[in-house]
Amino acid sequence: MGNVLELADVRKSFRPGFIPKKREVLTGVSFTVAAGEIFGYLGPNGAGKTTTIKCVLGLVFPDAGTVSLFGRSPLNPRSKDRLGFLPENPYFYDHLSGREFLDFYAQLSRVDKTERAGRIDRLLRLVGLERAAEQALRKYSRGMLQRIGLAQALINEPEFVILDEPLGGLDPLGRKEIRDIILGLRAAGRTVLFTSHILQDIEMICDRVAIIVGGRILSQGRLSDLVSEKILFTEITLAGVDDASLADFGDRLQTREGRTLLKVFDETRVQPLLDLVRERGGRIHALVPRTQTLEDIFVDTVARR
Amino acid sequence: MTILVIARHTFKEAVRDRILYLLLFFSSLSIILARVLAVLTVGDRVKVVKDVCLASIAFFGALMAILIGTGLVYKEIEKRTIFTLISKPLRRSEFLLGKYLGLVLTLAAMVAAMTVISLAVVFLHTFTLEIQMLPAVFFIFLELMLLTAVAVLFSCFSTPILSSLFALSFYLIGHFSWGLDTLIRKTPPGIGRTLLRVLDAILPDLENFNIKTEVVQNLPLPSGFGLGAAGYAVVYTAFVLLLAVLIFRRRDFV
Repeated sequence: MGNVLELADVRKSFRPGFIPKKREVLTGVSFTVAAGEIFGYLGPNGAGKTTTIKCVLGLVFPDAGTVSLFGRSPLNPRSKDRLGFLPENPYFYDHLSGREFLDFYAQLSRVDKTERAGRIDRLLRLVGLERAAEQALRKYSRGMLQRIGLAQALINEPEFVILDEPLGGLDPLGRKEIRDIILGLRAAGRTVLFTSHILQDIEMICDRVAIIVGGRILSQGRLSDLVSEKILFTEITLAGVDDASLADFGDRLQTREGRTLLKVFDETRVQPLLDLVRERGGRIHALVPRTQTLEDIFVDTVARR
Repeated sequence: MTILVIARHTFKEAVRDRILYLLLFFSSLSIILARVLAVLTVGDRVKVVKDVCLASIAFFGALMAILIGTGLVYKEIEKRTIFTLISKPLRRSEFLLGKYLGLVLTLAAMVAAMTVISLAVVFLHTFTLEIQMLPAVFFIFLELMLLTAVAVLFSCFSTPILSSLFALSFYLIGHFSWGLDTLIRKTPPGIGRTLLRVLDAILPDLENFNIKTEVVQNLPLPSGFGLGAAGYAVVYTAFVLLLAVLIFRRRDFV
């Protein structure tokens, strides 16, 4: 499948206020988003995630490098016909109701008048705001604004959706619902790029990720390629064996109410430990093998820099 | 068509602005007070009423154009609603021109309201509908269209307070720039006079739209005045809007 989005060596700097010195925000960002995938754009606060997205949307102009959206300039309205966008901490027109707001954006997206009402109803249902449809947006909570923002991003049935921190401000149930919507978009053949600093969300639903730190992409690829299946260590909670006998197996982390939490780094030592516990008539309460997570990679990438 | 969608939305947003109604209230007060003022005047009272009514429309209309014009575009940037708007298939120029058109519609509604009140006040004095005041209102409206374009231009790159100051300066300079003619005549030929002539060509001459005296005194208008003033308004407004679009097209929305 072709690429929906291509960024090549994008650089951007800003001049804060009257200070003549430029502050470099993006120092050569390159990545591609393929059609039909969920692409996670990951980075700590201030890493340049939102600036990258602004370059893609044509909200800021890169100093150097190229951005290609559906093979065209991001400023071309024909590219934007196929695009949906939800900003971080969205703010919309206070005086409009949810339905009026979606109608306004539907008109801007040139949605046919005959289709508009039906599509708005469908989207309000999708994001769970049917009951708040006639309510003014100034009365919406942050989570509700996030939901109506997602609805406006989908108003033109876009092929490519960019979501900037879409799960921020939502409760656990709301996050699951939005995650399901994103997965539903992929199932419908849409492409999604979303930024987050919540690693679990990205790990749960993304096909590929890029990690940006200090305006530079430090790591990118398929999640399965980035995250190793190798077991880093095994955490075992056991009882009935004295601490001295456990010293050879790994690091004892804590002992509480007769239970010892042991961290075993050598995978080959797990079976002998289990044998020892059985011999002594002890009990295994938990055995958790820890593989590498996206968080480990992220922390490692940020620390290496 | 997208321009019209933005214009309609801007109109709906602007007419909810409380400051607009505050200004409308004070302009109405000023128009009604014209009648009181007329009582205290020696001479043709009707002329005083008409003069104060037209001056009120011009002054409060200018305040409305400046205060709303400088705020609306800036607000879209400040509150970041522009992020989602620009992500739609909408050119920046369409957004800006739509905003401008919406503001002009708002001003048209406000000027219409002030005109109705003025005509009513004059009617109470003369018991005739003084529709000859309407051409003066029309040229005031042309001036306000130009002033709104200037306010929008400044709001493309500046804060509302600074933009208001700039637009107000434009308004004041526009009404006093005729004084340059006298200065040019009194300046000896040379670089000084040439510079003054350049300045005279660049600076707006908003007195081009002022036919209040002619209307109030029932004097004939200079020949070709209507077309000349309307042409001046169209060309100057188009130039200012073009400048605004050029600036807006290249600016970063951080």
